[in-house]
Amino acid sequence: MSGPSTYVPKSGFARWMDSRLPLMRFAHDTIITFPTPKNLNFWYAFGAILAFMLGIQILTGIVLAMHYVANADLAFNSVEGIMRNINYGWLIRYMHANGASFFFIAVYIHMFRGLYYGSYKAPREVLWILGVILYLLMVATAFFGYVLPWGQMSFWGATVITNFFSALDQITPHWGSAIATWLWGGFAVGDATLNRFFSLHYLLPFVIAGVVALHIWALHVPGNNNPLGIDVKGPQDMLPFHPYYTVKDSFYVALFALVYLAFVFYAPNFFGNPDNYTPANPVVTPPDIVPEWYLLPYYAMLRSVPQKLLGVLVMAGSLLTLLFIPWLDTSKVRSTRFRPMMKQFFWFFVIDCAVLGYCGAQSADASLTLGSFALPLVWIARLATLYYFGFFWVIMPLLGIIERPKPLPTSISQPVLAAAE
Amino acid sequence: MMTMKVLTLAFAALVATSASALAAEDLSQPQEPIKQSWSWDGPFGMYDRAQLQRGFQVYKEVCSACHSLNLVSFNDLSYENGGTGMFSAAQVKAIAAGYKVPAGPDEKGNTTDENGNPLMRPGIPADHFPAPFANEEAARAANGGALPPDQSLLVKAREGGPDYVYSIVVGDGTKPPHGFKVIEGKYYDPYFPGRNISMPPPLTNDSVTYSDGTKATLDQEARDITAFLTWAAEPKLEDRHRLGFGVMLFMLLLSGLLFLSYRKVWKDAH
Ligand code: HEC
Ligand code: HEM
Repeated sequence: MSGPSTYVPKSGFARWMDSRLPLMRFAHDTIITFPTPKNLNFWYAFGAILAFMLGIQILTGIVLAMHYVANADLAFNSVEGIMRNINYGWLIRYMHANGASFFFIAVYIHMFRGLYYGSYKAPREVLWILGVILYLLMVATAFFGYVLPWGQMSFWGATVITNFFSALDQITPHWGSAIATWLWGGFAVGDATLNRFFSLHYLLPFVIAGVVALHIWALHVPGNNNPLGIDVKGPQDMLPFHPYYTVKDSFYVALFALVYLAFVFYAPNFFGNPDNYTPANPVVTPPDIVPEWYLLPYYAMLRSVPQKLLGVLVMAGSLLTLLFIPWLDTSKVRSTRFRPMMKQFFWFFVIDCAVLGYCGAQSADASLTLGSFALPLVWIARLATLYYFGFFWVIMPLLGIIERPKPLPTSISQPVLAAAE
Repeated sequence: MMTMKVLTLAFAALVATSASALAAEDLSQPQEPIKQSWSWDGPFGMYDRAQLQRGFQVYKEVCSACHSLNLVSFNDLSYENGGTGMFSAAQVKAIAAGYKVPAGPDEKGNTTDENGNPLMRPGIPADHFPAPFANEEAARAANGGALPPDQSLLVKAREGGPDYVYSIVVGDGTKPPHGFKVIEGKYYDPYFPGRNISMPPPLTNDSVTYSDGTKATLDQEARDITAFLTWAAEPKLEDRHRLGFGVMLFMLLLSGLLFLSYRKVWKDAH
């Protein structure tokens, strides 16, 4: 933690405890007095929102697991039993299912925020990498979770994803399929697969919670970045975390929860796929196998490559690229506010991700018709994939060299003072 | 005179455009379901108990000949004892007793009667609706190779939901457009993928005689069965809407108070 501890134990017990296991001191320094830049805006509330959503997912998940049966013959009906026969089972299940979507909405905003303000740059590289690991863990958790209700999309989604490994056969014959068979615990997605996925789906959120602790530790050593992207110069730039940010974060968490709960109560199947209300059937392939919305951009990149192994590599590469961002960005300036060229490329990148998501949701042979001219979507996805990689591997390194940033304010309190005069 | 001319012209233009629209229609693709308004739409929407009773009658007298309703028990039909249904507990008892369900072995251990037929007993409220066919093969054999899907979740398992189910029922057996060849043994249904459906048109006017005196037009029956199947797929919808209202009010209040606290705490933060 930055700065010496200011905790003063108030009672005899607190003093006794403080010289044995200073838990209260730790909590006090972490969430009460922690010095925080005073200019953090709305976009900085998403860390708290993510922590809130993780709590919701773990709590609702534990209750669901009390009633869920991880067995290929019983899983679907056990979920329907939760919906119909368990007190408030429908609420728990809809909260968990929609919770996953809102967790991803929050994490994407959180990541774009990090990108925009250059929060991955020194000295926050480890913080950023821990964030990427959290994101990858979230993707894995969500994938395992989606398999559990054992509907048509559960089954076929799991089949498509696990089959990626058999693409490795193209380098080392039989090895890829051997890995797939090992993952399945059989020769196809089945009961054994469902059981291990349930086990992992229960485990990973607690791993996430552990990595979140590291993430916050890595945040509290250098301290928060801020929308100006400049270092704090002294106490005049800071506020204690409590009450300033506890109250600000609480307000935004409540606002976020309001929107989330509106979906839970009034459009609980909005993010879902109707096919998942049909029990898994290994002999009937659904006409369109699509992943959940938050994975669509990657799915579009995968499909934009005509060769299976290359497609899988491109998809894996798009995720792993995120780990290198701290070193791909060569600019001395953190915040995009002062980077006129980066600003444009950044927003184009946001649009690019949305375009990829759109392409991923359409059937593989879809095309966009403009009058009499039909443009196959796969070509749009190809261009978008190119920009995705180009943004990180070409534009980011180059911009740092050729761009002329706007002048930076001298301190966080300076623009505030200037405005007051 | 002038208006007449304009009107004729407009009419001709309309016919021309709709004709070209028809010509452009791809007959291998299904049409969009017909949009209907339903009593359970919107944040305050609720089921209409009388409509659910009529819908149950349609299910019982028509659809249940081919479609199972595996996830629904007779108890679910009750609005008493914590149920969300449309009948009293006494009515449910009578309904259940009207069904025959497979019985366990008798006191001598027999599972069949002297003629070799499986032993049956009258249903009790805890039983689920018995399926019309013993297995998938039997269901397909009786339906020209097609499988009538279980109806417990049908409304939630199809894009378009209630509008889709309603449209399938009213669209089944309608006259195909010129040039469309209906496959032997199938029926034209513009809302079904491929437009050839194996289900014979299940409903016409007066397929049922409603005990509440409502006139049983095709449209009425289709709307009623759709309501019943929506309830079967989402029996907790009313609880959800009611609780949702309270939760939304609470969250608005909470956000409001937190906003005021936020403003107060930050007022002298510079
Ligand atoms: C004579 C048997 C029979 C009866 C009675 C019957 N159905 Fe069907 N139904 C079928 C068959 C068979 C299919 C499958 C059609 C296909 O796959 O081509 C089907 C399919 C359907 C579908 C389309 C499901 C899908 O896969 O998209 C709906 C909706 C439907 N039935 C509703 C009803 C309703 C409502 C009733 C009662 C009013 C009813 N059916 C009565 C045999 C029947
Ligand atoms: C389980 C998911 C996550 C949780 C619970 C979480 C939690 C938090 C919290 C509480 C903060 C401090 C408040 C804030 O700045 O918003 C934070 C900051 C941060 N997080 Fe995360 N996070 C998660 C995932 C991620 C991911 C996926 C990334 C990026 C790949 C990431 C990158 C960052 C960065 C760079 C910061 C510092 C921001 C700054 O100071 O400007 N986090 N996180």
